[in-house]
Amino acid sequence: MKSTRLVAAMAVVILALLPFGVSEYVLHIAIQILIWGYIYTAWSMMGRFGLTSFGHGAFLGLGAYIPALLWNFAGITPWLGIPASMAAAVLLAVVIGYPCFRLRVVGHYFALVTLALSQVVLLTLIAARDVTGGSLGRTLNAVGHSWTALQFPERGYFYFFALVIWLAGLAVWRWIDGGLDRVALEAISEDEIAAASVGIDVMREKLRITMVSAALTALGGALLTQYIQYVNPETVAGVAVSLQIVFAAIAGGMHVLLGPTVGALFTIVLNEALRIVFGIHFIGAANTIYGILLILFIIFMPRGIVGLLEEVFARAFRRSREALGAPATGA
Amino acid sequence: MDIFLLEAILNGILLGGVLALLALGLNLIFGVVDVVWIAYAELVMCGMYAIYWLYAFYGWPFLLACAVTILFVAALGLLVHLLIIEPVLGSAPINQLLATGGLLFFLQSFATLLFGTDFRNLGLRLPLIEISDISISFARLLAFAVALLGAGTLYLFLTRSFLGTAIRAIAQDRDIMGLMGVSQRRIYFTTSAIGGGLAGLASCLLVLQYDVHPFLGNSFGPITFMICVLGGLGNMIGGFIAAFVMSQIISIGGFYFSIEFSYVLAFLLFIVMMFVRPQGIFGR
Repeated sequence: MKSTRLVAAMAVVILALLPFGVSEYVLHIAIQILIWGYIYTAWSMMGRFGLTSFGHGAFLGLGAYIPALLWNFAGITPWLGIPASMAAAVLLAVVIGYPCFRLRVVGHYFALVTLALSQVVLLTLIAARDVTGGSLGRTLNAVGHSWTALQFPERGYFYFFALVIWLAGLAVWRWIDGGLDRVALEAISEDEIAAASVGIDVMREKLRITMVSAALTALGGALLTQYIQYVNPETVAGVAVSLQIVFAAIAGGMHVLLGPTVGALFTIVLNEALRIVFGIHFIGAANTIYGILLILFIIFMPRGIVGLLEEVFARAFRRSREALGAPATGA
Repeated sequence: MDIFLLEAILNGILLGGVLALLALGLNLIFGVVDVVWIAYAELVMCGMYAIYWLYAFYGWPFLLACAVTILFVAALGLLVHLLIIEPVLGSAPINQLLATGGLLFFLQSFATLLFGTDFRNLGLRLPLIEISDISISFARLLAFAVALLGAGTLYLFLTRSFLGTAIRAIAQDRDIMGLMGVSQRRIYFTTSAIGGGLAGLASCLLVLQYDVHPFLGNSFGPITFMICVLGGLGNMIGGFIAAFVMSQIISIGGFYFSIEFSYVLAFLLFIVMMFVRPQGIFGR
């Protein structure tokens, strides 16, 4: 346990020192990985308990748009706008989650309801084009270097924001893991009726994790917008981004702490590598390979990259124990 | 009654025909194989590209291009079942949904890779029919008629032929039918091919009305599942009626507000219906 903490602390220090030694490009990629890794982590918080949401684009969209519009039209600082967007995401999560859980809409019905929700948010954003700019999106009113507007021309600032928020996301995950809620949620994902019969408040547990996941996702959307200073409905809301979240989280492994982040690392690095290899002439090449990989992941390793690594290590560990003559533990 | 509203209603009915055809194919696959193909609308996109190339590029006669396309998409459906669905038949439903979602990514980006993101059309414009101030596109009318014909043929096939009966029987009880000597695997293959063929037929009709581009499926896919679920997944008659309900909402909503807003209404209705009647309007 102690050695794990030491490794974690060292990793954080290395990550914190990273912006001082790398090019702008690498820094940009690193920021993307941290922000998306954080968003995927937020999704996995409910995804790993069998609540497969295809609608996180809705929460991401609220997080991306509310602070941006408040800033552009009312001059309200993102320091207020971001909490407001998180509150809105929680509200939306309750509005959709409460009836879903009350009426036991589960499995792929839940997935389809949330899919419809993300389409509702996407189309509303496009339809309200006088305010949101429609499909063309909106650029934030730029004011240069400003703490009130949370705008910084230097990438370094966003790297640290992303790092802190990503670490906070992991901390929330650990905190959930440490509590009784996790046990309750695991029981619910195994068998809802059995869980209810031993006195677990199924609805409350599900609603709480959904609210947490929605709020954190909205924060990720806000961070993304502050970083690129531009919002576009297709990139933050709708089916495409919702599916992207689901896939990356699954590819990395949604049951493990670092799985979703590995998913972000894997997909973004793969995307960049393919972009460099194929150049701009083959737009779509990256996503084609990505699509094939996703299908293969679902078929052959549904636990994701980190899940597979864990299995491999666990097996190797057991074998070495057996070789040393110690009794094997665990299954 | 307002003449434009009447036109909107008529167009809604015509749109309903094509949506019904799409929902029918998806429903057939769901009812029999018990898997939701998220990428179903992407098969339609593939079919539209096939027609585009055969007709506009290689100069084949349109009807021949259509026939070849229907066979091509049917073969695609078979391939999807063999390569993607069969390996995940035993896993959790959500994994099956995700596997076909991966296919959606693959088909969209593969089309982008091959054809770029340009909007392409056949350059074939069918005339508008004018009946006392109401103008109806002939392409839509044709699509509606063919869609109804396709649905009718499918209905006859499912109720009157031996294979059709076997397909319906599998949908009712997949374990018992194995004992009765019906090969489940063969039925699944047949169903996937028919489902693909229906997508091919839909692509022949849609290519007359819409430009084809790699992300076309995004505008038809979600609404198609909503229709299937609304009608009761696997319930073909329910899906058929739900297609007309949805298309009316889209068409009339588009008349009073905007087209995006009418889709918002349709999706909201779907969400509410899932709460009120999760088994679908016509579910048991």
